Amino acid sequence: MSRARFIPLIVFALIVVAVAWRLAVPRDDRVASRLEGQQLPSFALPPALLGKSGLRSGDLAQGTPRLLNIFASWCVPCAAEAPALMELMRRGVAIDAIAIRDRPEDVAVFLAQHGDPFTRIGSDAGSRVQIALGSSGVPETFVIDGRGVIRAQHIGPIMPQDVAGILMALEDAK
Amino acid sequence: MIAEAGLAALWLAAALAALQLGLALGIGGAQGKAIASIRGVAVAQGMLSLAAFVALIILFVRTDLSVLLVAENSHANKPWLYRFAGTWGNHEGSMLLWVSVLAIAGAVVALFERRLDERSLSATLAAQAALALGFFAFLLFASNPFARLNPAPLEGRGLNPLLQDPGLAFHPPTLYFGYVGLSVAFSLAVGALVTRQVGPALARAMRPWVLGAWVLLTLGITAGSYWAYYELGWGGWWFWDPVENASLMPWLAATALLHSLNVMAARGGLRAWTMMLALVAFSMSMVGTFLVRSGILTSVHAFAVDPTRGSFILVLLTLYIGAALALFALRIGHVKEGTPFDPVSREGALVANNLFLSVILGIVLVGTLYPLIAEAVTGEKLSVGPPYFNATAGPLALILAALMMIGPQLRWRQDRAAIVPRLAPGVVIAIATLVATFLLAPDITLLARLGLALGAGLVPASLAPLLGRSLRRTPLAIWGMCIAHAGVAVALIGMACDSAFTREKLTTALPGEQVGVGPWVVEMRTISPVAGPNWTALEAELRASRGGGVSILRPQSRFFTEPVTTTSEAAIETVWNGQLYAVLGAQDVATGRWQIRLWWKPFVTLIWLGGVLIALGGLFALIGRWWRGYRTRRRLSEAGS
Amino acid sequence: MKRALFALLLIAAPLHADSDLPPSRWANEQLPNARQEAAATVLMQEIRCLVCQGQSIADSDAELAGDMRALVRERIARGERPEAVRAWLIERYGAWVSYRPPLEPLSWPLWVAPVGLLALGGWLLRGRFRKRA
Repeated sequence: MSRARFIPLIVFALIVVAVAWRLAVPRDDRVASRLEGQQLPSFALPPALLGKSGLRSGDLAQGTPRLLNIFASWCVPCAAEAPALMELMRRGVAIDAIAIRDRPEDVAVFLAQHGDPFTRIGSDAGSRVQIALGSSGVPETFVIDGRGVIRAQHIGPIMPQDVAGILMALEDAK
Repeated sequence: MIAEAGLAALWLAAALAALQLGLALGIGGAQGKAIASIRGVAVAQGMLSLAAFVALIILFVRTDLSVLLVAENSHANKPWLYRFAGTWGNHEGSMLLWVSVLAIAGAVVALFERRLDERSLSATLAAQAALALGFFAFLLFASNPFARLNPAPLEGRGLNPLLQDPGLAFHPPTLYFGYVGLSVAFSLAVGALVTRQVGPALARAMRPWVLGAWVLLTLGITAGSYWAYYELGWGGWWFWDPVENASLMPWLAATALLHSLNVMAARGGLRAWTMMLALVAFSMSMVGTFLVRSGILTSVHAFAVDPTRGSFILVLLTLYIGAALALFALRIGHVKEGTPFDPVSREGALVANNLFLSVILGIVLVGTLYPLIAEAVTGEKLSVGPPYFNATAGPLALILAALMMIGPQLRWRQDRAAIVPRLAPGVVIAIATLVATFLLAPDITLLARLGLALGAGLVPASLAPLLGRSLRRTPLAIWGMCIAHAGVAVALIGMACDSAFTREKLTTALPGEQVGVGPWVVEMRTISPVAGPNWTALEAELRASRGGGVSILRPQSRFFTEPVTTTSEAAIETVWNGQLYAVLGAQDVATGRWQIRLWWKPFVTLIWLGGVLIALGGLFALIGRWWRGYRTRRRLSEAGS
Repeated sequence: MKRALFALLLIAAPLHADSDLPPSRWANEQLPNARQEAAATVLMQEIRCLVCQGQSIADSDAELAGDMRALVRERIARGERPEAVRAWLIERYGAWVSYRPPLEPLSWPLWVAPVGLLALGGWLLRGRFRKRA
């Protein structure tokens, strides 16, 4: 029984250390996409709105970095981030979007209420492209470089204080 | 007034816990250390804690909204039963229940324990007081149940509708009595290690506490599993969720401890392992309480969480469990072991039982904490769920079931008699069942197949110790053992059947249409609105038949307003060979069709029937041993006079 | 009165932000081929819901879980092996999304643990028994 009698104590100490770490570094329940650094999966989405073109993966590989915004008209935080997106558009950032599980009339109302910073909007009625991108909810924004590679992901609404970070990410993607 | 009285009682109880600890450590000199003094303090402490808990119950039943806890968790419109049960349906109230049971258990030990020498008993009560003190401090400084709310609101926030259910109302107290009952085993072990009196007398003192706690834990877990099955609407009965694992780990330790105590009480063997298990069992209770309330693990059962409270409990845990395990490491070398025994003997079988139960406990612990450790070390997140636990713990449980077929029939110390004749009935039935499954159900998984075979074989094997005995004169404890082991067999058969033979039908229907699942034909007749005391619902009337008569099921989609929630109430039809389970889903607005989900689960009720049998067996053993002890003491005192 | 109640319940507001579109077709419908449906069910019970993170997509009521169920069923109906579908999801969300830990260096301790614990237990017990005379 010699050294073995310390085993329970040592095991317990390890558990305490791990648990204490978790109390100090709280859980982050956001699920990030693992496709960062990889080519955008190819997709072709129909238009979400009359009068605006749909979205193909090729549209995001036109040579300059663009933002891909995943949103929905029924999503409350998406309304909250609208001002920040309009600000980014005013600063010359090109933004395409994918509307998740949305109807054209609802998207139209949303854009009329909160502004329309989007060049193109694809309609993803069954969340298939959302899942293919590794996105787990709305709103999320991806920074795509000129060659169609996903460079960064912002989970949640873009708040005014996040705008600078997004601009920097776009710079890095050049 | 009542809230203040409750709080005062709590403070007094805490002070008495401190006093109890001080007396046992020698503060009051020799007279203070006398068991009579400590006993009085322990009893007073227990009664004051109980008074505090009763005060909280009164506040909840009266819905006294000037108390913050009541305002946040209750509502005057709730039925009486749920106002009462709401007392422990929240963090502070359940913690107060926890501490009250701890204090009362200490009082009972102080009043009735006669088998131990005085020094060990006072060391035990000191340990119990130390445990209580820490948790009293936690309550008073970080989770005060009696905090006032000024001004008092006009309405309470209400109790989560999922908790407004008779099964769930009583599931926590049953479990808490179980967890905290194990604290006595912990304190007894600590006391014995301090005074170096680790022997059969200790085992006999510990056994009723472990048995009682274990019976309640078995019932609590069985009830929790059945509640989740019928309330949550996904047809499953165990998910290896961290909170479920937190309740299973003390149970596994307590089961191993129970068997180990028998060896120690009868033969003086396995002392080190028994001490270890006694410390581990309550440690697992405390760790479980911590895990569930700290919010560090993702769970579907999570309570309202608060990391600062988590830190407080972690500090308490580190002190208590660390000190106990250190004491174990330092003192266990001095513990004498009993007479050696053959591998093929009752002791040998119980050692194997200990080993496998402890390994399963280790697997559940590793699986539950590994995602945390992996993320801490590498930053990578991974998940450990049912596929892992079923693949690792499942086969080990089957090996245990196989061992149970022969273990209880072996003799102590060495058993040279022929094993095969004693094993024969069980093995024959197991093999016959195995062959039958190959012929009748070739597609089921290996684990389910073996589960069916071993479960079937275990039924006669567990009753074998009763053969050849005069049944009326067989001690109740032996009956208890056989019934408990048979309960395991029954539960195993139920689990295997559920895994192998469940049929699910997921579809949409309009009133008047029929759906088939397994041997059943189910017709949806109507969908109508209904109302209850604090809810409204859409109820489907389903008529199910399988050749014979018609059964009516009424699944509901329920809508609560305080707080605003929608729940799904499953409808279950129980027949002799299983359950038909129906859930009503949403209506497709375009087609008007209603989502409907049906399961046919043959023999699934055996799972919980088995659990009840296990608990019943334990209860018989508890009563049987108590009765024998009482009769022996009476005979001795009569002989003396 | 009953009718009014009925109508009220049908238009009762949703409790979390959800879209107005109905669930995907294969979210709540079983595949016609029983073998494929069985394989799909096993896989769905092992994929973690991204929204209600304490449940599998088979048990979760979240919309995204429904869409993931539809995705799983569609792919298996097209003939993909369940392992391939799982791997595809892990590529996007990481090992976290699978309740069955993948066999990789990060999870070896998990699979070694049962054997290791048995060995440890056996070693601790080595001196317990007396030799058969």
